[in-house]
Amino acid sequence: MTVLSLKNVSKSFGSLKVTDDVSFDVPRGEALGIIGPNGAGKSTLFNLVTGNLTPDAGRIEFDGRDVTRMPAMRRCLDGVGRSFQIPQPFEKLTVFENLLVAATHGRAASEAEVLEPCTEVLERTGLLPKSNTAAGALSLLERKRLELARAMATGPKLLLLDEIAGGLTDAECQSLIQTIRDLHSGGVTIIWIEHVLHALTSVVERLLVLDFGRVIGIGEPGSIMESREVKEIYLGIDV
Amino acid sequence: MATPYAVTTRTPASSVAMIFGLILVAVLFAAPAFAGRGTIQDLFFILTMLVLAQFWNLLAGYGGLVSVGQQAFVGLGAYALYGAVILGGIDPVVSILIAGLAALVLAVPTAFFAFRLQGAYFAIGTWVIAEVARLSVAQWRAVGGGTGTSLPRDALREMMLVDWIGEAFDVRASAARDILAYWLALTLAVATIAGIYWLLRTKRGLALAAVRDNTEAARSVGVDAGRMKWVVFLTSAFGTGLAGGMIYLQKARISPDAAFSVTDWTAYVIFIVVIGGIGTIEGPIIGVLVLFLLQSFLADFGTWYLMILGLIGIGVMLFAPRGLWGLISERTGLQLFPVRRRLTGGPLMDKEV
Repeated sequence: MTVLSLKNVSKSFGSLKVTDDVSFDVPRGEALGIIGPNGAGKSTLFNLVTGNLTPDAGRIEFDGRDVTRMPAMRRCLDGVGRSFQIPQPFEKLTVFENLLVAATHGRAASEAEVLEPCTEVLERTGLLPKSNTAAGALSLLERKRLELARAMATGPKLLLLDEIAGGLTDAECQSLIQTIRDLHSGGVTIIWIEHVLHALTSVVERLLVLDFGRVIGIGEPGSIMESREVKEIYLGIDV
Repeated sequence: MATPYAVTTRTPASSVAMIFGLILVAVLFAAPAFAGRGTIQDLFFILTMLVLAQFWNLLAGYGGLVSVGQQAFVGLGAYALYGAVILGGIDPVVSILIAGLAALVLAVPTAFFAFRLQGAYFAIGTWVIAEVARLSVAQWRAVGGGTGTSLPRDALREMMLVDWIGEAFDVRASAARDILAYWLALTLAVATIAGIYWLLRTKRGLALAAVRDNTEAARSVGVDAGRMKWVVFLTSAFGTGLAGGMIYLQKARISPDAAFSVTDWTAYVIFIVVIGGIGTIEGPIIGVLVLFLLQSFLADFGTWYLMILGLIGIGVMLFAPRGLWGLISERTGLQLFPVRRRLTGGPLMDKEV
């Protein structure tokens, strides 16, 4: 069954078309990777799916419902969780309170009801020792983990990860991959934008390639990486 | 399986503060028994300014809505009270509620327009709306138009509870009215602080903090940022209107220029919050005491007084941007109204650094 479906979605900023007639389906439980050069429109595509931006044309369906014009906050309640490429923590709140906001509002539940899911996320993301630290005082790596943790705390059916592995050491990357794998095997559908390709290909079942706002390839990672267009785009980049 | 974790907001200082707070409120309620009329009037000023400051702090410090138009709600609330008393023959004490409701009614179209503006434009927009309200009320002949009017003597004489207070404290009717106004202001101040503290400790308080820190991210975790702004703006307007009604009930005389004064009802209020510490409940309490002391000591200096206030304001913004309470809590870690939810218990918590 399809959980997310984009049909001919377009978005322009002024005269610049950043999303150009994009269509694809994501079946429930799949992990889909999105790659493409900088400026290809990957983050914009995310913002369209989460509702932080509204498309100029086309249609977005989530869970069989038209959500094209639904605001971000409603989509989160319906089960769309996201991380931001540049971490956007609530700086004056503690790590625990960051998750508490996400869990109480994203699940429309009381603080008492979400204590257990919140502590579980803290344990799984290794942030437990930092629970009572203000998010503004975290290191970059901890902020990245908080991005993932906060998205997890909303209890998403569909999780959108925007360059969550960038800037991590190999060991940190491995533990992050494990966390994402666990989520995936728990039934969460994942769409993941990533430049760290080995991390991406070790989790996702399909890859989507974006260039100048257009989908130029979608399919099994092995064949996508072998295709001529991808090789051209990534020419000179160590794969 | 029960979770090994627990959440707590209480601190040792907050428990002590709670007890002292209750004692202080009890003493203040009993004040008319031992304090003179002048003291009661001073306390009335402090309490009503405290209410205005707490609501402005809720708007700006928690909601990120820097309004320069709170005088619209003070003025309209006050005029609604005069209208209800003079035209409707309603008891002035009951009319205070009408003052709050009138401010609430004005707040709906104000928010509708002002919420389209951001930052400085929002501030100017609210000011413009307040001026429009002042000019409109000045056309209202029945309550004195541009020159203003007084509360009718009959209405003041027949005001509820005044006779009883006069007999109980053996004072004249005018002093009894001051005592009544003071009690009402004290009740409103306590209710305001308790209500704001309660709000901040609910999940809406968390949402408010999240919107303040990062609106876009807040929306992405399911926070209805637009609704939070409405809740904060309407609540503040209602409370500010109640305070406005009380202030002019006590003054018993009103004019548009005084009731819609941007200096009295917004500039001083901003001074209080900024000096005391924006974004804290403690800040406005300290700030209002500082303003009162400055007013008392500098009252004879005329315009110099305002210039000194301005200099102090600038000084605090430069050297203590989090206000006097910010300095105190930074040095001592003290929190009298803690809202921080601390996670305790559990296996890994000991490792905390």
